[in-house]
Amino acid sequence: MPTERPLTGNMRTDGEALDLDAYERAGGYRALRKALQSMTPEAVTDEVKSSNLRGRGGAGFPTGLKWTFVPPNAPHPRYLVANADEMEPGTFKDRLLLEGDPHQLIEGMALAGYATNTDVAYIFLRGEYKLAARRIEKALAEAYRAGYLGKNILSSGYSLELYLHLSAGRYMCGEETGLLNALEGKRANPRAKPPFPPVSGLFGKPTTVNNVETLCNVSHIVNNGAAWFRNLSRSKDSGTKLYGASGKVKRPGIWELPMGVTVRELLEEHAGGMRDGVRFRGLLPGGASTDFLVEQHLDVAMDFTEVQKAGSRMGTGTMIVLDDQTCPVGMVWNLEHFFAQESCGWCTPCWSGLGWVERILKAMEEGRGQPGDLDKLAFQTRFWTPGHTFCALAPGAAEPLQSALKYFRADFERHINEKRCPWR
Amino acid sequence: MLAREERTEIEAEFPHYPTRKAVCIDAMKIVQKHRGWVSDEALRDIGELLGMSETDLDGVATFYNLIFRRPVGRHVIYLCDSVSCWIMGADLQCRHASERLGVQPGETTADGRFTLLPIVCLGACDHAPVMMIDDDTHFDLTPEKIDQILERYK
Repeated sequence: MPTERPLTGNMRTDGEALDLDAYERAGGYRALRKALQSMTPEAVTDEVKSSNLRGRGGAGFPTGLKWTFVPPNAPHPRYLVANADEMEPGTFKDRLLLEGDPHQLIEGMALAGYATNTDVAYIFLRGEYKLAARRIEKALAEAYRAGYLGKNILSSGYSLELYLHLSAGRYMCGEETGLLNALEGKRANPRAKPPFPPVSGLFGKPTTVNNVETLCNVSHIVNNGAAWFRNLSRSKDSGTKLYGASGKVKRPGIWELPMGVTVRELLEEHAGGMRDGVRFRGLLPGGASTDFLVEQHLDVAMDFTEVQKAGSRMGTGTMIVLDDQTCPVGMVWNLEHFFAQESCGWCTPCWSGLGWVERILKAMEEGRGQPGDLDKLAFQTRFWTPGHTFCALAPGAAEPLQSALKYFRADFERHINEKRCPWR
Repeated sequence: MLAREERTEIEAEFPHYPTRKAVCIDAMKIVQKHRGWVSDEALRDIGELLGMSETDLDGVATFYNLIFRRPVGRHVIYLCDSVSCWIMGADLQCRHASERLGVQPGETTADGRFTLLPIVCLGACDHAPVMMIDDDTHFDLTPEKIDQILERYK
């Protein structure tokens, strides 16, 4: 039996977006009709809770549970935001959903909005996704015209305004509270928590923020039920997952597969293995801010639970592969350069520590590494932990570095001892 | 002075947000779309419309990668320098573009045709190395391909 691919199975093969007609022919907006006509908001939330859908932005937080955090007597307007600020290096999964099937996201948002009693919703899209922006604008106009958005949706009494916000670019905007500041027209610094966004979020009002892939799953759960969704998966974490691979593999790409396929399956079957002439050394399983996995982890199932047991995080599920012709120190330098540049400067361990680490790694690559450098690097990774910083940027930056120090220690030492990068 | 068109486009954003201040990023991007960049004068005019000081606006403008406070060329080249593109040789592509155009990253060509900028991951890592020119993304770059693509932007 072919694998079910609810998120991508209906997409066109020519790369164009599904328009409203095609989306409806494929069963689109049936879930919204069903929910508005025959389900209470609580019933929608309960279905999603029981599906065990976990947030696809990287943290894996249970979506249905998140929706219950808005207090029942909370003031209006209430907000919902689709986090479409896909800026995690090595991640290219939401782009596919946004460009290929914007109505799927809009329907998911209308359902999430109904479940959380939301009045106004935003799609927070990164500024560089211009093609996605054009397609979303078109889909929004179609959805408003067809009565799936706006006042009194499908004569249900429920109303939702949905707007597109095109960002001006900064990694921090993907952080939940940084995103809210950006939407308010401010610098995207993170906010102190509590209060958490469901209590006091956008413009001080109750706000739910979900990732694009998460929201795209909702209509399918409402249509087919929680049990169906749980059964799509091969593991405890339910559903399908958009997995990807980049780096020197034969067929870099993106695939919707049952949650819980192994790293090896992704690497060897779907990505076609390593390119001729290079050998596998390791990979970041889900974006720049995840710990390296190496040979011994190839049979780990790619889901939130198992990858965590292996000492990393599934993150966004789009893996970045390191080969033996690429310098691991250079790769980590590239990553830490990114984090140092994108740090908003709000907390000391982040703005000071990341810059320091980047300079050490640069020096190492340029043959100026010092014997004490590895201890300094390790110290910083232990310092960039939740509790020392407002947000997850620096803790995320620690992950590839701490694991590289563990798995590629000899390579770091060679840089220092030989006073050069052996790969140059 | 804001052009009538700029003003109309900015005002069209007002109903999307409960405060005018929230429109400021959109407003700066709208002005930039028409003029290429956001000058001090433009900040003052936007500030007047939104009830914000020039300094507040500058604080926001300087935070974001895609708001330019200096003039740029007719076309802006954004070359991805993040990890997947780096593994696939982004350094080489950057050096090639830089030599061909005769500018360092961050600079504009003397004829005002191109500005070359590094950019963070563009989310097309299965087609690394990648660059964007203005609104279009270009995939699987090689030096030859870069040469051909640049020819299309006059």
